[in-house]
Amino acid sequence: MKKGKWTGRISAILIAFSLVFTAACGGGGSDQGKGSEELAEEQVLNVGRIKSEPPSLDPATATDQMSSTILNQLMEGLTRIDAEGNPHPAVAEKWEVSEDGKEITFHLRKDAKWSNGDPVTAHDFEYAWKRVLDPKMKPPADYAYQLYYLKNGEKYNQGKAKAEDVGVKAVDDHTLKVELEQPAPYFVALTSFYTLFPVNKKVAEENDKWATEADTYVGNGPFKLKTWEHDAKIELVKNEHYWGAKDVKLTQLNFPFIGEAQTGYQQFKSRKLDEGDSIIIPPDLTKKGLESGEIKSQKQPAVYFYMFNVEKKPFNNKKIRRAFALAIDRKSIVENVTQGGQVPATGFVPWGIPDFVAEKDWVETRDDYLPEKAQPEEAKKLLEEGMKEEGFDKLPAVTIDYNTDEGHKKIAEAIQQMWKKNLGVDVKLRNSEWQVYLDKTKAGDFQVGRLGWLPDYIDPMTFMDMWVTGGGNNDTRFSHKEYDALIKKAKSTADQKVRMEAMHKAEDILMDEMPIAPIYFYTDLYMEQDYVKGVVRNPDKSVYFRDAYILEH
Amino acid sequence: MLRYIGKRFLYMLLSLWVIATLTFVMMHLAPGGPFASEKKLPPQIIANLEAHYNLDKPLPVQYALYMKNLIMFDLGPSIKSEARDVNGILADGFPVSAQLGLEAMAVAVLAGLIMGIIASLRHNRLPDYTVMFLAVVGLAVPSFVLAPLFQKYFGLEWELLPIAGWGSFEDSILPAIALAFTPLALMTRLMRSSMLEVLGQDYIRTARAKGLSPSRVITRHAIRNAILPAITIVGPLAVDIITGSFVIEKIFSIPGIGKYFVDSIFNRDYSVIMGVTVFYSALLLLVNLLVDIAYTWVDPRIKIGGRGAN
Repeated sequence: MKKGKWTGRISAILIAFSLVFTAACGGGGSDQGKGSEELAEEQVLNVGRIKSEPPSLDPATATDQMSSTILNQLMEGLTRIDAEGNPHPAVAEKWEVSEDGKEITFHLRKDAKWSNGDPVTAHDFEYAWKRVLDPKMKPPADYAYQLYYLKNGEKYNQGKAKAEDVGVKAVDDHTLKVELEQPAPYFVALTSFYTLFPVNKKVAEENDKWATEADTYVGNGPFKLKTWEHDAKIELVKNEHYWGAKDVKLTQLNFPFIGEAQTGYQQFKSRKLDEGDSIIIPPDLTKKGLESGEIKSQKQPAVYFYMFNVEKKPFNNKKIRRAFALAIDRKSIVENVTQGGQVPATGFVPWGIPDFVAEKDWVETRDDYLPEKAQPEEAKKLLEEGMKEEGFDKLPAVTIDYNTDEGHKKIAEAIQQMWKKNLGVDVKLRNSEWQVYLDKTKAGDFQVGRLGWLPDYIDPMTFMDMWVTGGGNNDTRFSHKEYDALIKKAKSTADQKVRMEAMHKAEDILMDEMPIAPIYFYTDLYMEQDYVKGVVRNPDKSVYFRDAYILEH
Repeated sequence: MLRYIGKRFLYMLLSLWVIATLTFVMMHLAPGGPFASEKKLPPQIIANLEAHYNLDKPLPVQYALYMKNLIMFDLGPSIKSEARDVNGILADGFPVSAQLGLEAMAVAVLAGLIMGIIASLRHNRLPDYTVMFLAVVGLAVPSFVLAPLFQKYFGLEWELLPIAGWGSFEDSILPAIALAFTPLALMTRLMRSSMLEVLGQDYIRTARAKGLSPSRVITRHAIRNAILPAITIVGPLAVDIITGSFVIEKIFSIPGIGKYFVDSIFNRDYSVIMGVTVFYSALLLLVNLLVDIAYTWVDPRIKIGGRGAN
C-alpha cells in the first residue's frame, strides 16, 4: 500500500513538472515559434454566439443580443466604441459638438458604400432614424426611445410632432446635423449602437421585407449576408464594397445556431467552433474552465441586484432595508454560487463605467457603500432599530421573488440562508415564469425581487436615471426629491464635471436609502481557440470580427 | 367506409376548432404579454406595437380576426421574430421535423419488430436477455440523457458522426436513433410478448404437426398474427416521437418546429403559439385517423362504421 501511495505521489510530481515544462515551451512557442504568426490559408471563422434564430436583422427592430451580434458585422454606424467606451470614427470621419452640447455635426467619409455599391450618405442616416421613430412603422420599433434624445424625437413617436420637426437633418450627402432635446455627452458614442445604424433608403422603400432574407439584405459593414437558413445558420462573407475592406482578413464568418450549451461546448472542443460566448459554455463547467484558462472572462458593466419594494412592510423602513443588505455575503455568492469571475458589488454603478472627469473607472472614484462580506452584528442592530421605529414586535413575513432560472434560484437560496444565519429571519422563496414575474414586479406585487441591469450606453446615467420618481423601470417605488433634482441637473448640462458630481451625490443618496441591494457585477465569458486573433469584445457585450484573423494551426 | 372517414374528418375539424379556441382563451388568460421585458418600454411604444398586432382590440374581435385568418390558412406574423411569419416557420420547419420523425419511426418500428421476433424465438436465451436489457434501458433512460451520450461517444470520441447541425443524412442519424430509442423499446417488448403468446397457440402446434417448415410457420402464421397488436401502438408511438422531438431538436440544433412549441409560450408570441398548436393538433388527429383506418386494413375482423359488426 505504502509503495502505491509513493508511486502515485512521485508520478504526480513528475506530471506536474512536465506540465509546467510543456506550458513554458508552449507559451514561448505560440508567441515566437516558427509559423505561429503566419496567417492561415483559410480565413473562415466559426462562431458560437447564436443560440437560435435572431429575431430581427433590421437595425430598427432588433432588440436582442443575438441580432446585434450579427448586425454589428453587417452594418456600421457613425462611430464605433472601444473597450473604454470612447467613440472612434467609423462612417463619420469627424464631428463637432456645440458649446451647449445640444447640437452635433457629423462629417461622413466619402468612400463609405453599401454592399450593393451605393454610396452611404447622410440621407440614409436621417431616413433610418426617422424610420425608427415613426409610430406607423411596421412593426413599430421597440427601441424607438433610444432616439428620444433627438429634438422632438419622443413627440414624433407619440404622434404629437411631424417627421420634419425631428432634430436630424442631412445638410448634404456627407454632413449630418443633429439637434438634441438636452445635452447628452454620450450621444456620439450611442451612434455606434445598432438602433442608430443607417438604412439604405432606396432598398427599404422598395421592399419593406428587405431585412428578412439574405438575397435582399443590404448593409454597409465589413461583412455581407451570404446565407440565412432560418433556424439553422447564418453565413457572412467579406463585403468588397466596405470602405475598410483592405483591413478585413476574414473571408467568411459562420454562425451556426447552437441550441444547447453542452452541444456548443463539444463542438468547440472538436474545433468545429473557433470562438464563442456563454452560449457554448455550460454553467457547471465555468469554474473549472476559468481555472484552467480555457474559459476567459472580462468585465461587463452590468449589475445584479435585489430590489426592495419600499411601499411594502417591512421594507418601508430604511434601517431594515439596510440591515437586509448588510446581511448578504456578496463574496461568498460570487465565489460559491455564481463562480463566473464576478465581483461583489459594493455600490450600484458597476465596473467598466468611467468617471469622465477623474478619467478612472467609476468604482475607483467612490468609497465602498457596502461590505463584500456580511456584517451580521451591524445588520442585527439596524434590524432591531428599524423594527422599533415601525413598532413591529415581530417582523412581518418576507418573501423573495425571482423568475424561474437555476442561477437565480441558487442565489435566492444562498441569500435565504444568509438572512436566516445573520439576521435570524425566515424568508420564503417564490419563483414565477419570466413574463409573470415582470407583471408582478411592475404591479408592485412583491417585497424583495431580483433584477439585472445592463447599460444602454457607457455612462453612469444609464444606471442612475432608472430610480427617479415614477421611472418606468423603478419597481421599488423609491421616491426622493433630492435624488430627482440631482438627476435632472446632470441631464441638463454638457459639463462633465457638473454631471459626474451630481451623479456621485445621487449614488450616495441611493446607497443611503437603499431601495436596492447590489449583489455583484457581471462578467462576460468567452472562449477562443489559440489561433484566433483580433476579435474585439467590448464591455457592452458588442463583439466585432472586422479585425479578426486566423493563424496557421 | 367513406362515410366513416367523412364523419371522422368532421369530428377532426370540430376538435381543431375547440383546441384553437381553448388555446386562444388560455393564452390571453396567462399573465404577461409579448412586449414585457427587463427594460420596460415607454407606454407609447407598447401602444404602437399593440395597435400593429391588433392586440389593442377587444378579445372577441381578436378572436374573430384570428379565426378568419385561420380559415384562410394565414397564421399571421411572429411577434417575437420580426423577420418571419408563422406560415414560413411551419413551411421551413415541418419538412425537417417530419424527416427526423419518419426516420425515427422507421428505426423504431423495423428494429423493434425484428428485435422482438428474435427475442421471442430465442426465448430465455442470450439474444432474448440482450434485447430485453436494451429495451429496459430504452424505457428507463430518457432521450435527453441518451442524446448527449451519443454526441460524446459517436461524435467526439470516435468521430463517426456529426454531433449537431442539419443538412446531410449523416446529421440525422444520431438524433433519429436517440429519438427512436424509447418507442423502439416499447415496440420490441410488445412484439416479443405478442409473439410468445402466438407461438403458444394451438394453431401453431397444428401447423407444425402438419409438417410445415419452421420458417414458414413463423412467417406465415406467427408473425402475421403477432404483428397486429404491435401495429396498434404505431399511432401512440408517432405521438411519442412528435412530442419527443422538441427536446432532441434542441439538443442537436435541428431547425425543426419542435423548439417553437415551448419557446413561443415563454415569449408569449401569440401567433406562433396558436399556429404551432393548431398545426400539431391537426397532425395528431390525422395520425389517429390513419391508424384507425389501418386497423381495418390489417385485421378484417375490425369493422368500422358498419352496423351489426362485432
